[in-house]
Amino acid sequence: MQRHFDQDLAHLKRQLLSMGSLVESQIEQALKALVNRDSDRAVTVVEQDHDVNALDVEIDDLCIQLLALQQPTARDLRFITTGMKISSELERMGDLADNIAQRALELNGEPQLKPYIDIPRMAHWTMRMVKDCLDAFVNSDPVLARKVCTDDDFVDELNEQLFRELLSFMLEDTRTITRAIRLTFVAKALERIADHATNIGELVVYMVEGKNIRHVAPSANC
Amino acid sequence: MEVHSLSLSSTPPTVPSRPIVPSLPQSRVTRDQSQAAPSVDAKIQVRNLDFYYGERQALFHVVLTVRTHSVTSFIGPSGCGKSTLLRCLNRMNDLVEGARAVGRVELDGTDIYGLDIDVTDLRKRVGMVFQKSNPFPKSIYDNVAYGPRLHGTKDKRTLDELVEHSLQGAGLWDEVKDRLTQSALGLSGGQQQRLCIARALAVQPEVILMDEPCSALDPIATGKIEELIFKLKDTYTVVIVTHNMQQAARVSNQCGFFLMGELVEFGDTKTIFTTPRDKRTEDYITGRFG
Repeated sequence: MQRHFDQDLAHLKRQLLSMGSLVESQIEQALKALVNRDSDRAVTVVEQDHDVNALDVEIDDLCIQLLALQQPTARDLRFITTGMKISSELERMGDLADNIAQRALELNGEPQLKPYIDIPRMAHWTMRMVKDCLDAFVNSDPVLARKVCTDDDFVDELNEQLFRELLSFMLEDTRTITRAIRLTFVAKALERIADHATNIGELVVYMVEGKNIRHVAPSANC
Repeated sequence: MEVHSLSLSSTPPTVPSRPIVPSLPQSRVTRDQSQAAPSVDAKIQVRNLDFYYGERQALFHVVLTVRTHSVTSFIGPSGCGKSTLLRCLNRMNDLVEGARAVGRVELDGTDIYGLDIDVTDLRKRVGMVFQKSNPFPKSIYDNVAYGPRLHGTKDKRTLDELVEHSLQGAGLWDEVKDRLTQSALGLSGGQQQRLCIARALAVQPEVILMDEPCSALDPIATGKIEELIFKLKDTYTVVIVTHNMQQAARVSNQCGFFLMGELVEFGDTKTIFTTPRDKRTEDYITGRFG
């Protein structure tokens, strides 16, 4: 049976995807601003954050309206409540991209500490996780969603590795401390973005299967 | 499997030893429950119940347990068998000519279709409230006292206490305590329905069956009845049939979804309304059905 409600749900999905692609582009641009030392691009990323925040508010309102007016159940209910949470996760990712852009603005004003190799590598994995979790959401794919959860371990490792390397710079030459700390902030932001992607992966599993895999042992999760 | 004839016709009905209509495939839930051990808090257990109106089979192998001091709801589209099952629980279907049940319905472990069952006593233990409030054209007091008087209570003081207690139980006492001698027909629709609940409570039942108790009421009166149902379960076991899925979601602890005489899914209401196991249940409760 065709339901008018389905159009509202399709609209919600479209809005979430718009927000997702905006955040994906924010992360990508923030990294380019850092690696290419392109401060104009960094400013654009900071400005884009308002659009992401506006979409977060809009999606929240839409979900609350649907809950109040349609009294959804079962998979509709799971889709809407998951949508609300995904929106929050994306908004946080947008904030972290904004943080990276701001660190890029600071770092671009000083000589480059070292060639950027590990950070782009880490960013590559993080952006892939973001893409995968959004694809898992679009296609209601719990297998891909679970894969995002396991990929997070690798990004955590890269973050740890980068931290140790930057620490050695700081120990060797105290004049590098400010730049090294800013780079650790960038790495930490990427690591947090990957965590939010993992959260979205877990939410997608709940949305599709009705099974809550959050806050349980990783082996049981994935 | 035991066979019970409910026909009121004078000629003995021919009762087939097996269902004459091919049965629908049983749902996984139904099969699982048929193998489960009896639950310790079971008030009513329906075991492989088939039900026929003449040649037409209305229920197919229904298996479920109604827990004591809980609210159990039956949902499903019109003609799915939910009201038929409700009426099987106090043998109201005995009044339908040609109706017969095959299987068991146990109240506290005793088959209510057993030969030695006193149906009047059964209906005292398992009371019923109908879709349309049906007060007698008598005073409010006499409506509530009707059942206890019928069962032999004559002492005025005892009756007074029963009437007050029942009206309080139905959340109506404060609204009618000053006009107990006035006609019940002067009450509003919602009050009349609560009077019918009070009348059911007056014979001190153990189970209360409700067949669409709010379908003729406005949202405020519906809200009062729903609050009442929530409170009633502390003292009684409630089984409710409703077309209003949100009502089932709000008031019941367990919920069964029926489709074409089959109990498709039965479980905790919160599970049925968030993560139903059967696609047919999901399609129905999300409005995709049809």
